[in-house]
Amino acid sequence: MQQFLNPEILTSAILIIGAVTAFLYGRGLAVSRAQLPADGARAHSIPSYHGYFSAWIVAFIAVGVIALWTTFSGALPEFMFPAMMLGAMALGFIIINRLLTPTFRARNHVERFVGGVLMICSGVAVLTTFGIVLSLVFESLRFFDQVPILDFLTGLNWSPQTALREDQIGQSGSFGAVPIFAGTFMITAVAIFIAGPIGLLIAVYLSEYATKRTRATVKPMVEILAGIPTIVYGFFALLTVGPAIRNFAEGFGLSVPTQSAIAAGSVMGVMIIPFISSLSDDVINAVPQTLRDGSLALGATKSETMTKVIFPAALPGIIGAFLLAVSRAIGETMIVVMAAGRAANLTGNPFEAVTTVTVQIVSLLTGDQEFDSAKTLAAFALGLVLFVFTLVLNIIALLIVRKYRERYE
Amino acid sequence: MSAEANTSIHQTDQALGRLAKRKAKENRFRYAGIAAVVIAMAMLGWLVVSLVGTGYTAFFQHYLTITVTLSESDLDPHGARDADQLRTANYRKVIQQALYSRFPDVTDRRGKRALFQIVSASGATNQVRQMVYQDPDLVGREITITVPTSDDVDQLLKGYIDRNAPAELRKVSDRQIEWVDQVVAGGELTREFNWRFFTAADSRDPELAGIAGAVVGSLMALSVAFMLSVPVGVGAAVYLEEFAPHNRLTDFIEININNLAAVPSIVFGLLGLAVFLNFFGLPRSAPLVGGMVLGLMTLPTIIIATRSALRAVSPSIIDGALSLGASHTQAVFHHKVPLAASGILTGSIIGMAQALGETAPLLMIGMVAFVTEIPASIMEPASALPVQIFLWSDSAERAWAERASAAIIVLLLVLITLNAVAIFLRSRLERRW
Repeated sequence: MQQFLNPEILTSAILIIGAVTAFLYGRGLAVSRAQLPADGARAHSIPSYHGYFSAWIVAFIAVGVIALWTTFSGALPEFMFPAMMLGAMALGFIIINRLLTPTFRARNHVERFVGGVLMICSGVAVLTTFGIVLSLVFESLRFFDQVPILDFLTGLNWSPQTALREDQIGQSGSFGAVPIFAGTFMITAVAIFIAGPIGLLIAVYLSEYATKRTRATVKPMVEILAGIPTIVYGFFALLTVGPAIRNFAEGFGLSVPTQSAIAAGSVMGVMIIPFISSLSDDVINAVPQTLRDGSLALGATKSETMTKVIFPAALPGIIGAFLLAVSRAIGETMIVVMAAGRAANLTGNPFEAVTTVTVQIVSLLTGDQEFDSAKTLAAFALGLVLFVFTLVLNIIALLIVRKYRERYE
Repeated sequence: MSAEANTSIHQTDQALGRLAKRKAKENRFRYAGIAAVVIAMAMLGWLVVSLVGTGYTAFFQHYLTITVTLSESDLDPHGARDADQLRTANYRKVIQQALYSRFPDVTDRRGKRALFQIVSASGATNQVRQMVYQDPDLVGREITITVPTSDDVDQLLKGYIDRNAPAELRKVSDRQIEWVDQVVAGGELTREFNWRFFTAADSRDPELAGIAGAVVGSLMALSVAFMLSVPVGVGAAVYLEEFAPHNRLTDFIEININNLAAVPSIVFGLLGLAVFLNFFGLPRSAPLVGGMVLGLMTLPTIIIATRSALRAVSPSIIDGALSLGASHTQAVFHHKVPLAASGILTGSIIGMAQALGETAPLLMIGMVAFVTEIPASIMEPASALPVQIFLWSDSAERAWAERASAAIIVLLLVLITLNAVAIFLRSRLERRW
């Protein structure tokens, strides 16, 4: 029972009860007053709108009191709060009583209010973007106070362990992010190298060769690959694919670590196959049938039509699809955290362990953190790079796709 | 004439050769397409088979039946049956005594220690403690109980530890294998369904760990995400689709939402860390914050799904409502939105499925804590199902990989169910105009 009596719950209960009472009161008022043969005027709004309006007024006043109380908390003794709440609500009821005449345009007020609420809802999406940009930029600026931005973007040495005490040796921390960018690039390249041809061929097969029934079963099956959580892919890469590649390479006398760019990249490639195949499929289908018919009528085979006519026509859209897939691969986290490795390693060999931007963000921010150290702030700088890069890729991809669509419309 | 045409340039050996080549090329192209589909399906199959193969054994667990003597002198020397005394008594000794009396020939200290390692130490002691605490009358009696075996013995019996491997590379010694074989022969060792996996929270011992804590954490975070993203997302979609004037501002909002859909999930985690934790000072590791982050992340999905559902409703519905005297708001809320409800529901379910599988943003806001209790409120530290998988997969022991695979099986089953419900709703409720 005790927990139901805490102030927040009591306050919300008063608020809700007040609003519901106001709704019933306003609606009743509208009904009873409309029945009075006043000056023959017809009621403007149906009674429930009067009710909604009343509930809104009372709730608004009550929320105002709560807001004032919390801003000036402590100025008045505790017991005043319920009194003020009830007083304010009573005031609301008096206002309602005054306002609600049959000619009162309750519906218009309520609808304007609803419109405002809906606008605020779409504002949340904008606020989220602002929140992301502001928090990334703000924390990154603090990071660049400590580490020059040029060192960050062009330095070749990444070892973010900063000294906890002054007298520790070799723990100064260096924040050259090039090895991380190189690792990200390599894993993305492996992923696209795998997903690109497979995804494209699936799209071609489904749009040009497959029967309707095959298409109806294969397409959702391929799309399952996009619905599997990335943690599952990561676990698969760590437990199955990494060791498989290691054993395979051992057969040739090579030693490949379980965590390698090739293991993480190939599993990520499997994950992004559906992105490439679905988007390319849409693009290929959007090529006008007349182009296809013209080519086939001239005696070209389906494959010749595909490679010489449809593919060039669909190329911009396919490039767009690839760019979206690249942006997805760069931002992917769990597969690389589990299967790529943690240590920064500047190498061109995909059979070595490398690290990526997302892996570094995770390893910098999990575990103990004090929020002023360059180590944790570096994660935000990396996040900013990631955000800007994926944003630019997406904008370019969307522009290409849109421009391409306009050409055939 | 016709004979001449038949032996025209199309019938020469060169031409026929070219034709054959083109046909072969056509076939190669076609088979390449089929091969690509087969490769993708094979990867999916490999993934499922490898996960189910490592994971299904975690749904079973081996239990040892032992007879323990709850002697009064050990547990309650003063005979007061005092609750504190019963809780803090040395139950470890009780279990040890039971094992020593089962194997009376083990007398050396190292042997005794190894013997105790075949059962789950904390599992067995806690079980007896619970029983005695709930029923103090048991003290002074001899009871037969089944306790979980240790994870090493469990793995041995599941066939994951090679008996023929050199003893120093094995986690169970030759003597332990001998004892286990004895109890197996005596019928004291049983294999039962692992209920604990579904009812317990995380633990340091794999044989005692379960997913209940993580599932509850996930459910709490998802509820928060649902309450945030569905009303706000539907509201935003209705506004943009039905009320927004076409101007620069709404164009900007629209571009914004499309870009938000493509922002990497980990960036939402950074947002949560910087804004919810550091700026607003909300508690770390709490499902409330996790849910808010996941809610913001699924917001674009729900907005886009709702907008296409609204667009699919025939304009004649709005026209009909308006012509009967409804206001625009009434036409939208009384007629259009209810007709789009199935599409909105499908989009929300898919968005929630996406949020359920998401891990990276939860790592950022600290939902990686080791939590051994099922969380009771959205402000308490909690884990989530995908994060639990991540934590278990980090541990080296074979038993943890088995647990992680089993948790993945559960996660995938839930996701399949959610998506099946979404597909069912779509096919059942969808209207064509």
